[in-house]
Amino acid sequence: MHLSDFQDGLAGALLPPPGTGAPPPAWLDALLAQPGFAVYRNTVARGCIDALQANYPAVHALVGTEWLRSAAHAFVHQRPPPDGRLMGYGAGFAEFLDHFGPAADLPYLGAVARLDRCWTESHLAADAPALHAAWLARLPPQALAGLRLRPHPATRWQWCAAHPAYSLWQRQREGLPWDATLPWQGEGALLTRPHGAVQWTALPHAGCALLDACAAGAPFEQAAAQALETDPAADLPALVALLLRTGALRAPDNPSP
Amino acid sequence: MASPLTAGLGLKPQHYDEALHCSASGLWWEVHPENYLADGGPRLAWLEAIRARHPVSLHGVSLSLAADAPPDAEHLQRLARLVRRIGPALVSEHLAWSAWRGRYHPDLLPFPRTHEALARIAANIGTTQDALGRAIAIENPTHYLHLDGHDWSETDFLAELARRTGCGLLLDVANVYLSAHNLGTCAHDYLDAFPVHAITEIHLAGHHADPRLGDALLIDSHDAPVAEPVWALYERLIARTGPRPTLIERDDQIPTLPELLAERGRAHRILTTPEALPCT
Repeated sequence: MHLSDFQDGLAGALLPPPGTGAPPPAWLDALLAQPGFAVYRNTVARGCIDALQANYPAVHALVGTEWLRSAAHAFVHQRPPPDGRLMGYGAGFAEFLDHFGPAADLPYLGAVARLDRCWTESHLAADAPALHAAWLARLPPQALAGLRLRPHPATRWQWCAAHPAYSLWQRQREGLPWDATLPWQGEGALLTRPHGAVQWTALPHAGCALLDACAAGAPFEQAAAQALETDPAADLPALVALLLRTGALRAPDNPSP
Repeated sequence: MASPLTAGLGLKPQHYDEALHCSASGLWWEVHPENYLADGGPRLAWLEAIRARHPVSLHGVSLSLAADAPPDAEHLQRLARLVRRIGPALVSEHLAWSAWRGRYHPDLLPFPRTHEALARIAANIGTTQDALGRAIAIENPTHYLHLDGHDWSETDFLAELARRTGCGLLLDVANVYLSAHNLGTCAHDYLDAFPVHAITEIHLAGHHADPRLGDALLIDSHDAPVAEPVWALYERLIARTGPRPTLIERDDQIPTLPELLAERGRAHRILTTPEALPCT
């Protein structure tokens, strides 16, 4: 037997893609019948599920271990890890939860999962110097309108219109109890990594729109207009100050304005 | 001159700060590079801080050298960047496969040791060593299945890989013990046949019995202290080979660092006073 045929057979038995129901060939049946096969099957499944549990701690805290591992098991078969970097495994788990039948009673779960994913992406993102207020202050006032501010590689932000996703996520991350009086309204979140550890804070809808526009390469004048379109009452100077204070923006490649 | 590597430990995140300040003679730390293949951020900063004070070994689990395909080019580039950045004392991988057709199976999977597999794996090791600009060591995995169709014994297969590619060998003594137990072969025979001249690193680890089958199947779980029969095989091996850098692996039920250092001290003593070992 060719090596590739052996690997196709064993891989298919360990992580069967959905919808494959063909009976295994005789040589594979002989392997599946050995007690040792379960060691491989369990190790593969556990490795994937453990990684999802570790990478979605707020979801885990909200739904409990049994529920999380059952959902993770279903996800693993739809979308197994593409490579050995399990510390970053689980892209798409939030969207999976959005459509996962047993999560129908927890409509905010996908939004909380998106913030867990933001944390992982921020944690693993490239290093870069942050933009400091002093740099902006040296800029001639007329240059601000055309300035293209860029989010730092480790900055992530999410606006959730339907649920207080940030408060739900933050309370789980910080080990705070469920707050029954939490106002059920849309919330935004900003995650940054100014000094090694990922940090988080609430971000108004206009701030999310401002970062969306900056990420798309818009000059500041246009980004500010998009932010004000989202919320005409937005306090733009306060938003920019928040982005600078949290290290959300990347220093320009040319350090002197 | 730096002191030679004696016994090392797997580096666990909960021990980072203590590990940084350990001053045991000959100590080194091993990590899975997969946990540090990030674009940036605190993990790389931690590893660089450790590396500034201690020798570091990169022990890969996902290059999938025994897959019937070249190693993933992107993964290899990331690994090469990490090797350049960290300057590891040792780099190793497994005689196994895990990634196949774009899906990663987090385990070290077996294969029939055929002539075809030998040619493929030798080419994959060559590609890896070219990309990293250095030799790597290849580790014998734990076996749980009887496979048909082997053209080679594992020891001869490893010897031939070392001869063809110039790679070193990482002899995991616990894996030898467990595989012999699980497959009904003899660990002493395996070690006697092993091409010891190529050994650049040794692994020791604890195991447990399968929860369902008991002692009939032993699992390479890295969740317990090294078992006495494995220590006995190790002492006999070192008496024959002389000292080789030796790692104690612990990945689950992780005790305090002082407990791990005490276990590591046993390997260190064996490596530094081989004259005290029983003659075989």
